[in-house]
Amino acid sequence: MCDFFLGHYSYWLTMFLLCIGLYGVLMKKNLVKKTIGLTILQSSIILFYVSIAAKWDATVPISDPSRPVTDASNYLNPLPHTLMLTAIVVGVATLGVAFALLMAIFNRYQSLDEQEILDMIE
Amino acid sequence: MTAYQLPVFIPFTYLAFAVLIPLVGLWKRKLSHPMAVTGSGLAAGLSLYGFAAYVNTGPIHHTFGGWQPPIGIEFVYDGLSAFFLLVINMVAFLVLLHSKPVAAREFRGKRMPFYSVTMLLMLGFNGIVSTGDLFNLYVFLEISSLSSYGLIAIGNRHAPFAAFRYLVLGTIGGSMYLLGLGFLYISTGTLNIIDMAAMLPHFAGKPPVLTGLILMTVGIGIKAALFPMHGWLPDAYTFASSTSSALIAPTGTKVGAYILIRVLLYLFGIESMDAVFKVSSVLGMLAGAGILYGSIMAIAQSELKRMLAYSSVSQIGYIIMGLSLANPAGFVGAVLHVLNHAAMKACLFLVAANLRFREGHSNIRLFNDTYRKKYPWTMACFTVAAVSMVGLPPMAGFFSKWYLVLGTIANANWVLLAVILMSSLLNAVYFFRVLEKVYMKNPDKESPAGEEAVVMNREVKPLMLAPVVILATGIIVIGIMNMSVVSYILKMFPG
Amino acid sequence: MVESFAPLFPVLVSLGAVPLIVASRNKPNLRESWTILAALSKFFLVLNLLPYASQGITVEAKIFEISPGLPLLLRADPFGVYFATVASGLWILTSFYSIGYVRGAPEKKQTRYFSCFAVCLSATMGIAFAGNLLTFILFYEILTLATYPLVIHKENKEAIGAGRQYLIYTLTAGVLLIAGTAIIYSSIGQIDFRAGGILGNSAFPSNMMVWVFLLFLGGVGVKSALMPIHSWLPSAMAAPTPVSALLHAVAVVKSGVFGMIRVVGYVFGTEVMAGFGLNDILITVSGATIILASLMAFSQDNLKRRLAYSTVGHLSYVVLGAALLTPLGMAGGVMHIAAHATMKITLFFCAGAIYVNLHRQNISDLDGIAKVMPFTMASFTIASMGLAGLPPVNGFLSKWYLAMGSLEGHMVVPVLILIVSGVLNVGYFFPIVHRAYFHRGVGLSGHGEASPFMVVPIVITALLSVLLGIFPNLFFGLFDIAGVVSASIFEGVAR
Repeated sequence: MCDFFLGHYSYWLTMFLLCIGLYGVLMKKNLVKKTIGLTILQSSIILFYVSIAAKWDATVPISDPSRPVTDASNYLNPLPHTLMLTAIVVGVATLGVAFALLMAIFNRYQSLDEQEILDMIE
Repeated sequence: MTAYQLPVFIPFTYLAFAVLIPLVGLWKRKLSHPMAVTGSGLAAGLSLYGFAAYVNTGPIHHTFGGWQPPIGIEFVYDGLSAFFLLVINMVAFLVLLHSKPVAAREFRGKRMPFYSVTMLLMLGFNGIVSTGDLFNLYVFLEISSLSSYGLIAIGNRHAPFAAFRYLVLGTIGGSMYLLGLGFLYISTGTLNIIDMAAMLPHFAGKPPVLTGLILMTVGIGIKAALFPMHGWLPDAYTFASSTSSALIAPTGTKVGAYILIRVLLYLFGIESMDAVFKVSSVLGMLAGAGILYGSIMAIAQSELKRMLAYSSVSQIGYIIMGLSLANPAGFVGAVLHVLNHAAMKACLFLVAANLRFREGHSNIRLFNDTYRKKYPWTMACFTVAAVSMVGLPPMAGFFSKWYLVLGTIANANWVLLAVILMSSLLNAVYFFRVLEKVYMKNPDKESPAGEEAVVMNREVKPLMLAPVVILATGIIVIGIMNMSVVSYILKMFPG
Repeated sequence: MVESFAPLFPVLVSLGAVPLIVASRNKPNLRESWTILAALSKFFLVLNLLPYASQGITVEAKIFEISPGLPLLLRADPFGVYFATVASGLWILTSFYSIGYVRGAPEKKQTRYFSCFAVCLSATMGIAFAGNLLTFILFYEILTLATYPLVIHKENKEAIGAGRQYLIYTLTAGVLLIAGTAIIYSSIGQIDFRAGGILGNSAFPSNMMVWVFLLFLGGVGVKSALMPIHSWLPSAMAAPTPVSALLHAVAVVKSGVFGMIRVVGYVFGTEVMAGFGLNDILITVSGATIILASLMAFSQDNLKRRLAYSTVGHLSYVVLGAALLTPLGMAGGVMHIAAHATMKITLFFCAGAIYVNLHRQNISDLDGIAKVMPFTMASFTIASMGLAGLPPVNGFLSKWYLAMGSLEGHMVVPVLILIVSGVLNVGYFFPIVHRAYFHRGVGLSGHGEASPFMVVPIVITALLSVLLGIFPNLFFGLFDIAGVVSASIFEGVAR
């Protein structure tokens, strides 16, 4: 039982972060808070990927003469890191589009509260 | 250019034009539309050429930079990709051709960015369909999603809010997909579809794989507007501009369905998918619920575009139900319905665009029988598409329903059979209601003397009419000639 | 069996006339001549097939595949040729009658009227010659679509409501047909019409037999106006009289009972019907319909509605004949298709002539009209005698065979039903005749017969009924063909 939590603590923490983000997106009424929740969601997934790249006693994937390249357990897995570089960029772009939309929404409705805007649309 | 480079050229034509349009547009704004049409026309032509090449030679694998898979990224041009590429590029070409007067009227000052973002959208869709690498798919998915958020925001006053909601839900969807992909990567160590498909049967029942499967399905389900994750669709399609709706409605959810087909039938396969619990049954039930929900909600709508949006929810349900049946007949029904629905919905949304262009609104309550005389060709095409949506022969819609029915019977799934049949009747209700309004005099209203004679033909210009007519003719032709398409689709069925 | 494209031509000839009719919409005489030309050519093309039919030879045309393993099959077997002869022959007369009616009424939208008529007859030929269930469904649905504009022709509240009811009933029926066909196709892999049935010695699971039969009963039963799914027929009397005459006394409802005999004799086969008690279901339903419809006819004051209920009753004569499962009964049912057609069309023609001439629709207004419309009322009298089963009209002959068929099968109840129905028929027709001849008329001075376009066809159909009653083989050997049809159904089973 202990091992179930402590042995997988990285997964538990990232999932906890994901739930916080999801909570923010779904439950908060303010549109900016939703966007923040979205960002937290995306960050949690990025952390998830990065965490799976780690190995015990491994170093960053830059060639170190003291550790032979032939043994893969000397270096941590670079692939998830590269994937996440892309994902971070995607997250930033999404944030940009979201802010642009928020500005347009604010210009039209003078409010950033979801309920108020829905009432105005009806 | 050899056939080997085709899988790259088709998406990257759009990329080239996405960059060219702002460059040329800043110099001469009027050229944005011709350039967009050229770009999509080029891509559509290349898709056609590629389709012919595929039929003659076989699948094409293009590896980028010479790095061999599974390490390197590859574009795979197989039967399913060729089919989807052809469908979405031809639809995009016709819609963009149609768009010039609509763009001039609905968003005059923003035409150049609009066409540029359209090219990016199509790049995203084409990339999703062409790629053989799952993370690459995520990248293209996000490209297309961001572009669609932007396109939907260019609309009427409520469009930015609809686009924001879509953004929130779409990003959650993409993130779920990415998380699911992470679990699959942990289990198999590869991101290449063909490679992973070979490995998955060994890991089929393991928790990470199951988690990955469910997360991916839910994530893509949001994109594909699978019930109950369809909530973004009605507002997004209604408030967007006519061209955006006409472009995204026939293609966007189809690409989502493509990803589901790839992941569930090609990557996982039927046995692995149902290894722990019957994912296909759950999917089938959700799809069935979506079909009924979409049809019932469509009946309640008074605005044409909103009605078509709910109808789309219903139709995507057919496609996903077909794939969840996991037998050849259901698969044929699903893929054939992709083609049919793309043609029908594009035709219907373009008709709505024409009506909005001439009348300023598409409110069904205000339709009257002068439309019959004012827009004879447009309404004739609407009739063809509506009859096809209801599923009456000899139109295309009948045949995709026929195969879906055969598929449900092959699985002895009587509930889904009843769902399909009932939804045909529900479709008839909301489509024939519009046809009644347009073709018949309102018996309650007295027509003032002399009103009869004065209605002239105000049909739209040929540029706007031609794509509608081409699509309507296509619906009839695809219906009668469906065997040629079906024999091709049957070969695509995995295993 | 002969392979030839001959069955295709009757289907195509009136379809080809449609563009010509639409093109000459501003020249009424030219437009009408296209209809007459199409009707005559169709009839002669069908006559071409008669020699084969009387010898029991089938002429087959496989067009192209519309589903894997299922071609669009047009097969002119004796039964199909029989039905086609009746329908196309009566179309010639109805076309002349229509010309008189729409010009005399006068009706609007005549181009739509004539072009829809042409499509309907094309679909009827397709139904007659359909070689497998899928082709049958195709043309059946096209018939529904093409008759809808004719039902709502007048575009008043009554007509639109009737049209909606018609669509609801017929589309639901179509959907049930598709389900039944798909189930049979999934089980035994073929859905051809074969004399003697295809479910007999096949792998079709027994527990589904009754359910599938019920699906087909609903499917063809709507158009056959079986109770309780008959109510669209009286409502459809809101259409102009020639529409009621041809479509609802000849084409649409006869397609329904034609389909019923196809289902009983060519899909299920007599052994299967008897073995599962399906014929008992059919006898009960048709018997009840005959009696109830005849009773309901009494309470109708509107002439056309009374004729509609009479049609409902007489259609079930045909169904009863099929349900008896004896050679004489089957022959009687087939004969009644033609007999009832000629008699009912006479009656509807008379009703139309009365309406156009005197603007009277209700029986209570028909006092004394025999004085001003002698030919019309004489024909009416002859036809009603025939429907009641009195010699020498052909109605007597078919009724006689039905009764003989019942006794052949050692069943007495159907004979009683037939006798009671005959009495009821006299009961609701006699008052009309009595009023017309023996009451004094009001407001009839200055009126004469209706236009010769209408009166001549009336007299011709009445004479036809009498001549066919005395010399059943006089025209085209139809009596013999009915015998051949019946024999083939019973022989086919022994194979």
